[in-house]
Amino acid sequence: MTYNFAAILPELILVFGEPVLMLTASTMGARATRLTTWGTVALLLAATLAALFTTEPGTAGPLFGGLMSADPFAVYGKVLIYLSGAVAIIAADRWFGDDVLHGPEYPVLILLATVGMSVMVSATNLVTLYVGLELNSLAAYILASYRRTDARSAEAGLKYFVLGGLASGILLYGISLVYGFTATTDFSGIAVAFGRDEPLGIGLLFGLVFTMAGLAFKISAVPFHMWTPDVYEGAPTPVTTFFASAPKIAAVLLAARVCFEAMGPAVDAWRQIVVFAALASIFLGAIAAYGQTNIKRLLAYSSINNIGFVLIGLAAGTPAGASAMLFYMAIYTVMTLGAFLVVLSLKNAQGEPLEAIADLKGLSQTRPGMAAALAIFMFSLAGIPPLFGFWPKLLVFNAAVEAGLVALAVAGIVGTVVGAFYYLKVIKIMYFDEREQELATSCGPLEPIFIAIFALIVSPLGYLLIGPLGDWSATAAGALF
Amino acid sequence: MTLATLVFTLFASLAIISALLVVFARNPVHSVLWLIVTFFNAAGLMILLGAEFIAILVILVYVGAVAVLFLFIVMMLDVDFAQLRSGFTKNLPFGILIALVLLAEMGIAVIAGQAGPVIADAPPPLEQSNIVALGELMYGRYLVPFELSGLILLVAMIGAIVLTHRTRGDVRPQDVSKQVQRRPEDAVVLKQPESGKGVEL
Repeated sequence: MTYNFAAILPELILVFGEPVLMLTASTMGARATRLTTWGTVALLLAATLAALFTTEPGTAGPLFGGLMSADPFAVYGKVLIYLSGAVAIIAADRWFGDDVLHGPEYPVLILLATVGMSVMVSATNLVTLYVGLELNSLAAYILASYRRTDARSAEAGLKYFVLGGLASGILLYGISLVYGFTATTDFSGIAVAFGRDEPLGIGLLFGLVFTMAGLAFKISAVPFHMWTPDVYEGAPTPVTTFFASAPKIAAVLLAARVCFEAMGPAVDAWRQIVVFAALASIFLGAIAAYGQTNIKRLLAYSSINNIGFVLIGLAAGTPAGASAMLFYMAIYTVMTLGAFLVVLSLKNAQGEPLEAIADLKGLSQTRPGMAAALAIFMFSLAGIPPLFGFWPKLLVFNAAVEAGLVALAVAGIVGTVVGAFYYLKVIKIMYFDEREQELATSCGPLEPIFIAIFALIVSPLGYLLIGPLGDWSATAAGALF
Repeated sequence: MTLATLVFTLFASLAIISALLVVFARNPVHSVLWLIVTFFNAAGLMILLGAEFIAILVILVYVGAVAVLFLFIVMMLDVDFAQLRSGFTKNLPFGILIALVLLAEMGIAVIAGQAGPVIADAPPPLEQSNIVALGELMYGRYLVPFELSGLILLVAMIGAIVLTHRTRGDVRPQDVSKQVQRRPEDAVVLKQPESGKGVEL
């Protein structure tokens, strides 16, 4: 059997770079933190370039006997994942500072998680899917409890681990049922079996439902979202930044590939589940965010809410819907990373990180630049028209209407309006409330640049991206059909 | 009903019953013991399918390592062991009975496994053994997931170190040369204690 190793060059760069960094860390100890941080960023950038330039559309066939694929869809996911992973690593460097708990293992764990995620987006077989998912999840559990002397962080890690283990069990049960009733773990083979079984047999249907439930946990769609606010609040903020970006992209893309490539012929069966999860996520995300006092919890509900809109694109079940999903994920990542970077830079006079929404009072007077950037991200997350966050929502609703799901699109639009309230509340606190305490923001030299770039992307100037990003996401989505 | 079906029913039903008892047993130690019974029955099912290598792995890994580890953890829980131990002789016959049942099951499984396949249209037996077939799949077709599992183990290892290792101030590392250089005069003091007075040090 011959292997096409050139097609998985991005993963190879990460996997072979990782032991080098780990060995450096083990000989140099905590002094190697800076070195591994920038080494990991360099590896991620190299892998991004490799993903963009080595994979030609011609080599995008099945790899390793159909276990993986390096099609444009996988490349799209990998580029987003590597870049957002790099941002999360850079942001952590300054935030942890000289914390004794911070060590060279942090970037290495993120690196290993990104390997798992790039396997997730390229998996075309249930075995690879599960292995990639576990590689990512296991690293995520450790990252959540990274500040182990902080009780909240340890609690977040344990909660994430127990609930994640349960979800993996549900997913595995679904996978075993699908395998039992189709006799294959290959996505293409499963699609053949789903196409032949009309109407769907009870065994296959159960397999589909359990698989979808397991995946819904990973993308934190309602009703499998319970872990998200707790984990996002308890985990150290740079880790939360990471959780809200790269693993979300990977899980959404994985769900899309399973739905379209493996269970494509059974679209009517999974559409009901996806429609329910989409509407429940939109409304629960919007309503439960009202009472939150912690900005990280608020952003957790915001991510649940946004996943709901992404699922509307999935429910459409058309190439346009898939392309809208991919577009949405790219813009969502930019908005979320931007909002978290602003949160990361907020410190009080003693240099302790601030997390309460009330701490934002009067931010517009102390740090007008940060306040303006956060306002842009909040308006954009709310989907208010002049900002770019509006466009992916429009694409998703358009795809749903074209697929004949008018009621779903209307409900989604109502959800947008409901959700806008709490985003606007944050802006009101920043601009119209009196300042109560001294705010000292501290961040490295790169963070303001990132915040400025992300703010520019989601500003009305971002509409210039519609052409190239739209083409790219359409090509990527085309690989699934 | 052939012998094979009969044995299958035996293993499958015992597996389900003992799995239920794992959940419903009031004593956590009993739960783990029932878990071992479940694993044994799963191994028996594997032998019936002709997968004797996996059956051995189930017994070695799950019974030998995982279940014993569980037992250790359960024993660290706050269980009243005096109360448990008081029932030892009372429970001994029961324990021996379970052990005999497990032994008998293994014998039945081997006999039934030799009698023929359970599934009517089982794939024709391969020329190669189980281990060879598994090895070829693991290092051939499923090379990528296999290597990735290695990475998962690496993550688990790094994680265990990250979450538990800390540098402590009070560690006293061994200094071999210092130990070798130590002379008896520095270390030993000879005293002649008077009776009833003790020693002043």
